[in-house]
Amino acid sequence: MAEVILTDTGKKPISFWLPVVAAAGAFAGIFVGTANGSTLAGVLGGAILVGLLGFLAIEMLGRPMEKTVRWAIVALFVVGGFLLGGIPGAVVGGLFGWFYGWFIYWIGYNRYRAKLVPYLTPGQVLWHYAFRVICGAIFVFLITPILVVMPLSFNAENFFTFTPEMLSFDPAGYSLRHYRDFFYSSDWQQALWNSVSIAPVATLLAVSFGTLAAIGLSSEHVPFRRAIMAVLISPMIVPLIISAAGMYFFYSRIGLQGTYVGVVLAHAALGIPFVIITVTATLVGFDRSLTRASANLGAGPVRTFFKVQMPLILPGVISGGLFAFITSFDEVVVVLFVGSAGQKTLPWQMFIGLREQISPTILAVATILVAISICLLTTVELLRRRSERLRGMSPG
Amino acid sequence: MKFTKMLLATTALTATAGVASAQDMADEMTLVSWGGAYQNSQQKAYVEPYLENHPEVSVTWDESSNEAVAKLRAMNEAGNITWDLVDVVASDAIRLCDEGLAMEYDPEDLLAEGDDGSSAEDDFGDMIVSDCFIPQIAYSTTFGYRTDMVPDGADAPDDICDVFDLETYPGKRALEKRPINNMEWALLCDGVAKDEIYDVLATPEGQQQALDKLDTIKDDVIWWSAGADTPQLLADGEVFMGSTYNGRLFSVIEEQDQPVAMMWDAQVFDLDGWIIPTGLPEDRLARVKDFVKFATDTQRLADQAKYISYGPARKSSAPLVGEHAELGIDMKPHMPTNPENATNTFVYNYEFWADYRDDIDAKFQSWLAQ
Repeated sequence: MAEVILTDTGKKPISFWLPVVAAAGAFAGIFVGTANGSTLAGVLGGAILVGLLGFLAIEMLGRPMEKTVRWAIVALFVVGGFLLGGIPGAVVGGLFGWFYGWFIYWIGYNRYRAKLVPYLTPGQVLWHYAFRVICGAIFVFLITPILVVMPLSFNAENFFTFTPEMLSFDPAGYSLRHYRDFFYSSDWQQALWNSVSIAPVATLLAVSFGTLAAIGLSSEHVPFRRAIMAVLISPMIVPLIISAAGMYFFYSRIGLQGTYVGVVLAHAALGIPFVIITVTATLVGFDRSLTRASANLGAGPVRTFFKVQMPLILPGVISGGLFAFITSFDEVVVVLFVGSAGQKTLPWQMFIGLREQISPTILAVATILVAISICLLTTVELLRRRSERLRGMSPG
Repeated sequence: MKFTKMLLATTALTATAGVASAQDMADEMTLVSWGGAYQNSQQKAYVEPYLENHPEVSVTWDESSNEAVAKLRAMNEAGNITWDLVDVVASDAIRLCDEGLAMEYDPEDLLAEGDDGSSAEDDFGDMIVSDCFIPQIAYSTTFGYRTDMVPDGADAPDDICDVFDLETYPGKRALEKRPINNMEWALLCDGVAKDEIYDVLATPEGQQQALDKLDTIKDDVIWWSAGADTPQLLADGEVFMGSTYNGRLFSVIEEQDQPVAMMWDAQVFDLDGWIIPTGLPEDRLARVKDFVKFATDTQRLADQAKYISYGPARKSSAPLVGEHAELGIDMKPHMPTNPENATNTFVYNYEFWADYRDDIDAKFQSWLAQ
């Protein structure tokens, strides 16, 4: 997108930018100060330091020197961070320096209004940015637990701890031993194999039954459509532990408990609702007259389904299938009940590992699973875009 | 017709398989244990040698000992026992035995004689705390502390009451989130004589006294529920000292090389062993009996101590305890039963806790929530 400047940028009065910039400095000072013993000193120090830098940058050196000043601030913070916290401190300091260099000019020269329409009130501008900061904070809140796991999985120690070596980026603090443990331990490999052999079959069953059910339920002549739909969706709504206990006793009586088939069927039942929902949603956009046209040209229902209907609803089927796959792949409660030790899946093995022995191998597996999940979700998104494009809903 | 043929074929197959394994023993066994280093020691000390002698057998591990009581109840209700041999602590064995979920056995018949010729009953002695319990090891719940967090000028903690001494030893402590052991330790450090502790603890005033003592350190306690928690907290430096099973501390100190040391004072002994679920079919029971006889003989129990610092339950195994299989260090000084470590010990009081557990648990939990 081209840079459009809607509102003129000019120097702001010092009575406005100095308090804002100092407050921002004080905010970071809270953390630095607390980490080094005195919160109050941190707040004051941060406010004074950043305020002074701002004064120097905006009132004395001004816009022509911007590049130099910003690099100087980064350098200053890197050195300061290094003195306080070694190499990790320097990295954090560098990030802070970059941010404050940018922030001082952003506030001081009214740049925050540059891309906004001129008639906004200060309150509206404030909300514009506050809204983005809140969204960012929620995003950080959601993603941080996953991100923290990833570096920890390269820990050279056998604990869930950022060792001093790791924090100072010493290569000796990192290792692939937990990945090696995963790939060489027969327990984990058996669990991986179980997961890999259960999930696709369960997915296949869920997709076949779910798609058929969705097609059936979307035709108007079926009686009690809503009731049937509710029953089929129920595994998604009923608490998992209830389904699991029920399945345990039922499957025990009919001899399916502790068997591969039992686990596959249980996982298929959990996956079907996802397929029904996505396929039903796709069928809304499906033109029924196409099936009539196909029938008119002499194709039987089966041929019509595979040649006409299936290709058009395929994106819904595939994304439902992916959800069913992930459900089976991530599921731990039902398999603990319905499976026996011979069907120990990856989540089961992780559950044991976490309870009995806090080993970072779990983190290594988690990292691998996150990577797989990201790949699957990217596929879903690409398929969704493709289907929109094919149906002419978006120009891209 | 077809069905009859199939039936015949299956019968024939089963018959041949039966002949192959000598006396109608099942070829598959599901063993239930605790996972981690402990299960590994069982795998190395008895399962692998057994499989070498019986290549036709396959063993599956289920790491469900934690919820063994609940799961066995469910299996019994569903009439579908999928476990063959279950590793549980003695108190769970007593419960399972009372409920009829574990099989009673005759030691002389099921267990091998000691290497020194003593009968199985004498060799295990009073370790057989229940008619269903087949003892394997004695472990203890004791404290470990960070050697690098001992305050300057203070001696290393060597007394259970140092846990309650926040002045000399400031810092967090990790204690198990249940009254057992904690209540005893609290009373001991509140001036109650060791042999009167359970008499005092049986009274509501005594229970309150223990909770009051625990109250003095409550703000500095991190409560743990899994055996792996304290090692993690110690390795993190999150706590100065913490209680856990002695084998876990051995692993932190010797295998993971963390700056942690043992404090053996007032360690609490407990037992761990097998139970055989009731209602196993004939062929599976025969296999389990064969395995148990092998897995609890003198040499096998002594071998287990090569992998983990828990004391063998047989008297005749004690002299055979040698060096750690990988580290090559002498295991005797790391055993909870070693005389130097066992100067002041408790033995888990099964009868007392069987009678008072529910009551004291409720008090303890409501105290925790205050």
